[in-house]
Formats: sequence, structure tokens, C-alpha cells
Amino acid sequence: MGLLTFKGGVHPPERKELSEHRALEKTPLPEIVYVFLANHAGIPAKPLVEVGEKVLTGQKIGEAAGFISANLHSPVTGVVKEITKVYHPVLGKPDNAIVIERQGEDSWQLLEPQKPYEKFEPQEIIERIKEAGIVGLGGAMFPTNVKLTPPKEKKIDLLIINGAECEPYLTVDYRLMLEKSKELVRGIRALMKALGVTKAIIGIENNKPKAIDEMKRVSKGTGIEVATLKTKYPQGAEKQLIYAITKRIIPSGGLPMDVGVVVQNVGTAYAVYEALEEGKPLVERAVSITGEAVQEPVNVIARIGTLASELIKLAGGIREEEVDRVVFGGPMMGIAVPRVDIPIVKGTSGITVMPKEVIPPKESYPCIRCGSCFMACPMNLQPFALNLYATNRLYDKAVEIGLMDCIECGSCSYICPANIDLVKNIKLAKKVYRTLKGGKR
Amino acid sequence: MMKLTVVAAPHLRSKDNVRKVMIDVLIALIPASVAAVVLFGMQALLLIVVSMVSAELIELFIMRVLREKKDFKPDFSASVTGLLLALNLSLAVSWWQAVIGAVVAIGIAKHVFGGLGKNFWNPALIGRVFLLMSFPVQMTTWFKPFDLETTATPMAILKEGGGSLPSLKDMFIGTIPGSLGEVSALLLLIGFVYLVLRGRIKLLIPLSYVGSVALISWIFYTVNSSYGSPLYHILGGGLMLGALFMATDMVTSPMSPLGQLIFGTGCGFITMIIRYFGGYPEGVSFSILIMNSFVPLIDMATRPRRFGEVRGNA
Repeated sequence: MGLLTFKGGVHPPERKELSEHRALEKTPLPEIVYVFLANHAGIPAKPLVEVGEKVLTGQKIGEAAGFISANLHSPVTGVVKEITKVYHPVLGKPDNAIVIERQGEDSWQLLEPQKPYEKFEPQEIIERIKEAGIVGLGGAMFPTNVKLTPPKEKKIDLLIINGAECEPYLTVDYRLMLEKSKELVRGIRALMKALGVTKAIIGIENNKPKAIDEMKRVSKGTGIEVATLKTKYPQGAEKQLIYAITKRIIPSGGLPMDVGVVVQNVGTAYAVYEALEEGKPLVERAVSITGEAVQEPVNVIARIGTLASELIKLAGGIREEEVDRVVFGGPMMGIAVPRVDIPIVKGTSGITVMPKEVIPPKESYPCIRCGSCFMACPMNLQPFALNLYATNRLYDKAVEIGLMDCIECGSCSYICPANIDLVKNIKLAKKVYRTLKGGKR
Repeated sequence: MMKLTVVAAPHLRSKDNVRKVMIDVLIALIPASVAAVVLFGMQALLLIVVSMVSAELIELFIMRVLREKKDFKPDFSASVTGLLLALNLSLAVSWWQAVIGAVVAIGIAKHVFGGLGKNFWNPALIGRVFLLMSFPVQMTTWFKPFDLETTATPMAILKEGGGSLPSLKDMFIGTIPGSLGEVSALLLLIGFVYLVLRGRIKLLIPLSYVGSVALISWIFYTVNSSYGSPLYHILGGGLMLGALFMATDMVTSPMSPLGQLIFGTGCGFITMIIRYFGGYPEGVSFSILIMNSFVPLIDMATRPRRFGEVRGNA
């Protein structure tokens, strides 16, 4: 049997060698942090603190404001300086953030009690995850507790842990699997208990043999299996990952729970471990500071709300004469930002600083109907046709041929020999269509 | 202050581009083009050069002057058209007739419809058919390789009788009368293998085209051997050139696997109808052009199932 995978996809250069050898190190405590109320998918949190108030590290400063929302906790010990609009790296515009100035070292306010996950009841695990403000750390930032409470009629029989890390450059999940493997197993076991499943599979691409060996070693006899996946982008996309491992196909418009699966990212599982057994709410995460245009790529554990500029300093700073762009996340789905004094959010898995030589200007041509985008699309869509409808504002036509099924992975734009911004146009069309339909899908 | 580029993802792009695609097609046609010059002499070289150069010049003129795209740089798609046109010509064609063919191919078949990527019909074939109708004598006068005596092509012999068919070995290697680039199946196949290795070809089109020709001619041959054996139909005439390099033109062929099968099979079917029952001994050009017309319909009808799509009784 060959390696587990899906149909389509592309092989961008991996570039993991820049940072994969660097062990995770804690950053120095930031002087100032900017904690967005929208640090998760869904409704922004409601602030619980006022300007001038003293806060402890881990103290709840924002409360989930709806079902799909999440709590916020102070990443440092200090004083709330202001609540103001700051450039949000995901929304691409200024948005409300609680600005906290650090005063002295950490003085923690932990979640109580802290005990081995075995001593938690399933419902308590979910409650703790909710309390700790844990969201999907792969990038989507969807509240984890919501994913763990599917409607009654959806029977879940399998937990999949996403350790594919298919984005080029990023190496945080890899480092977590190498360095925190035992804690990860406990986090995964806790998630299994919360879901009431006896089986979990962790999917890892075969370009990370050390992580595969390590996870196999520590997961013996735990009900956790390791699945070796073919290195191909977007192997870590939820639908493609589930298909590769189980051959189950999520119906169009459906969710993993429709095929009895819940998917959680490696980083999320680690955060779950910390919340249960160490009582730590989600105030820090692993981030790769990488790319050819930083002096020395590193993997760090950074506090949420730290400015990217501070993190880049830890990588020796930017090679200013070479830099072309700074990307929050990896190069395939990450977001280019206009400047570096922008804070990280819970979903920021990397800061990729890319030089000009990696992104040479590419000539644009008309579509020659070569079919490359169609061969590359992991959803088996026809990006060229979607693009045509999208740019001619024929949104209903586009929806008929699967506009809303697009997972926005960018494989089409990557492969296109005519350099057409396929995924950009398709994403925009999705947004416009949603707006036209009054926000409903 | 650093200036950072802010553009949409993905921030990595493959190094591939349209010009490289076109250059690969040109490379794949080198063996057949060299063979044309070796077999038919310097007049063949003249026709190839004139056709390619005039195709590029008319494209440059249209893009820079008529469309006012001042920064347009040749992407070599016109060279591909020009070369394919030349390879479809008889040695009897004059250089100025080749120029007319190139002007029709690029100026009318390609740019009237909007230029690269927008045309319905294979431009080189439109150019060829225009010349066939305008200069029927020159376009259907054929020469033997090397000694350049006029003679009939295998297809004409099959259709109208008279003369004896060349050996299959000659037909495979290419030492037979025919248009400049169609004669050597071997060298066309070498170019084809190059395109396959480079991932530049919609593979199911030539497979279904040649396959359907083989099947239909085998059936007819079994019933009545005067129709000619399948190998003669595959190796003779423009079938190999058409199936490998003309029907597979990206712009004018369907994208989905099923669409490619329908397209290729349709080409094979129409080719054989023309060869057996039509007025011409050869039907490759017309069959491809006819099937080109159906591409939008085929594309619409063969939209592949999306990952997770539920169709029918859902």
C-alpha cells in the first residue's frame, strides 16, 4: 500500500530545513501585548477589564459572547493601558484590542483544580477547554469546546490529530511532536475522553520521520495510532486529511462530524494538556519565526499579543535589503502584512519573512486552458471556470459549480502557468455571495 | 522604513509559465521539423521559417498596434501556430502562400476571438484549411522524399487506388510522401514522449483519438480489406501529427478526463467517416475543427464530480 493521501494538490518547496532543527524556546516576556477581542472565529469576546486595572498572567480579561466565541486571558502581569483599535493580522484592518503593559515578572492566576486528565469527567474536560479559551491553533481559531460538543444525532467514533503541517516553512507542530510528545499524548487522551471515542489517529507527513518515530514510541498502548501521510499540499486540510486517513468523504457543505470524525491540531492538543494538568489558560503558543529574509530562523513559545517585530528580533532581525514581504502564517495560506508592529493572535503559527529571490516577479498571461488548476484542486473543482464566473459577477453560476466548496488552499494559483490570481478572485466571490445572501451560507 | 509587499496568498508560485509551455511544444516538434528538412530539402526549411516568423510578426503587430498593449512580449504561442501550420503544408506551397496561411491563422482564427486562450478553433488548422480551399492544387500535390518526384500519398492510394502502398516500415520512419511534418510517426512520437514527460499534454485525447481510429479501421478492414489496415490509417496521412499535436492544443480542447475521451473519440470517428465516405482522402483537419466547436458543450456536460458532491437523488 502506498502512502495515505488525497487526489490533486501541489508540491511547493518545503523549506522546513530553515527552522526544523531549532528547539522551542520561550521568548522574553513582552513589554506590551495587544489582545484582540476577536482572537477566535465567531463573535468577539466581551472585555471584563477596564483601563487602569491591574491584571495577572492568565487572568480572564474577556468573556465568550456567544456559542461560537471564546474567553480571553491576560498574557502578562501588568496594567490595562487602553482598549483601542489595532491592526488585526487576519481581518486586515484595525480592530478592538485590550492593550496591557507588563509590570514585573509573571504572577499567574491558574485554573483550578490541576490534576491528571484521568481524574476529569468528560464534561469537565470540555468545560475546562472552554474556560481556558482554547481555539483551533492550526489557524482557523474555531473554539475547541464547540467542536467537542456535536449535536446528539452525530455519532463520533474517531479523533484525528492533525500533525501534517503541510504549509511550507512552518515547523511548530513538528517541534511540539518531538519535544512535548508525552504531554501531547495526554492531551490527545483527554480529547478522546471528552468525545467518548476509543481511537485516535495522528496524521504526520513523511517528511517528518523523527516526529513519526517519536509519536509512535510514546503512543504505544494508548489507543492512539500514527498514520504516515504523503508529503503534499494541502495534506493538512481537514477534508483531505480525513479522506487520506479514513477514505471517508465529507459531503459538500458538511463538517467532519457528518462522517463521525473530529479533527484537532497538534498545538491544540498540547494546549488542552496544559489547561487540564497545569491549569494554564491559552496565553501562549508555539510560533515559527522563519523565512530566508530573517537572520536566523527560530521556533519560539510566544505570548499571545506580542508584536511580530519583537519576535522577528529573536530571529536576528530582518535582512532589510532582501525582504519582500512578511507573512502571518505560512506562504500558501498566510496573510501578508503591511508592517511588522502587528500583534500575533491565537491562530498565528508562524511569521514567514520572505525575500525577493523566493518570489520573483511572474509574468501574467491569459488562461490557456491547460487544466493545471483543475488537476491541482483537492476539491476537484474547476478553478478556471470559477474564476471566470467570479470575475464576471455570475455568483449564482459559480455556486452551481461549487464556489462554496472551495477550501481556499491556493493550489490553483500556485500552479497556474498564466499566473492568474485564481484563489484570490474565488475567495472574494465567496465573500460577496455570502454578503448578498444576508450572511447565510 | 521597509517597504513590504501586501498581496493575496499564496506567496509561493510555481516557476512554470505560459512561455515555457510554448517552448516545450516547440522542442517537442524539433525532431519532426528536422526530418522535414532532411526529407524535403531547403524549401521545407524556408516554409517553416517564413510561417513562424510571419505568425510572430502579425501577432506582435496586433498586440502592440491594434490592441495597444505596448509592453507585449512574444510568448511563442504564435511560433507554435506557425510551426504547426508549416508542418501541415505540402512542399508545393510557395512562401507567400505560407504567409497568407499564418496571417489567417493568427489574425483571424486567433485574434478575432480575443487572442491567446479565447479562440474556439485551432488556428493552425484554420490556416491550413484556408490554404487548402484557396490553393487546392499546391496543397494536394505531394512529393516523394529525397528525389522529390510528385506522387500520391498513402491516403490517396487507399481512397482512389492506383500505385502501391509504401511499406509499414517506411511509414513509421517517415520516408513517404505527405505534408512536411506528418510523415514520420517515429519522430512525432519522440516529441510526444517529451511532452508527456514534461506533463504538457492532455494524454487522453491522443489515446482515444488513435484508439478509435484503430478500432473503426479494424472493423472496416475485417469486413472488407480494401478499406486498408488499421496500421495504414494510423501511420498514414496527418493522423499522428493531428492526434499528438493538433487535437491536444490546450486552448481548443476539453479539460476533464471524460471530456478528453469524448473529444478524442469524436475526432477519430469523424476522421474515419471523411476518409471512407468524404470528398477528401484525408479528414484529420476537419475532424479536429468540428470537434473544437463542441468543446464548450463537452466542458459543460462533463463537469467532474466535486469532492464530496452529492448528485442525483439526494
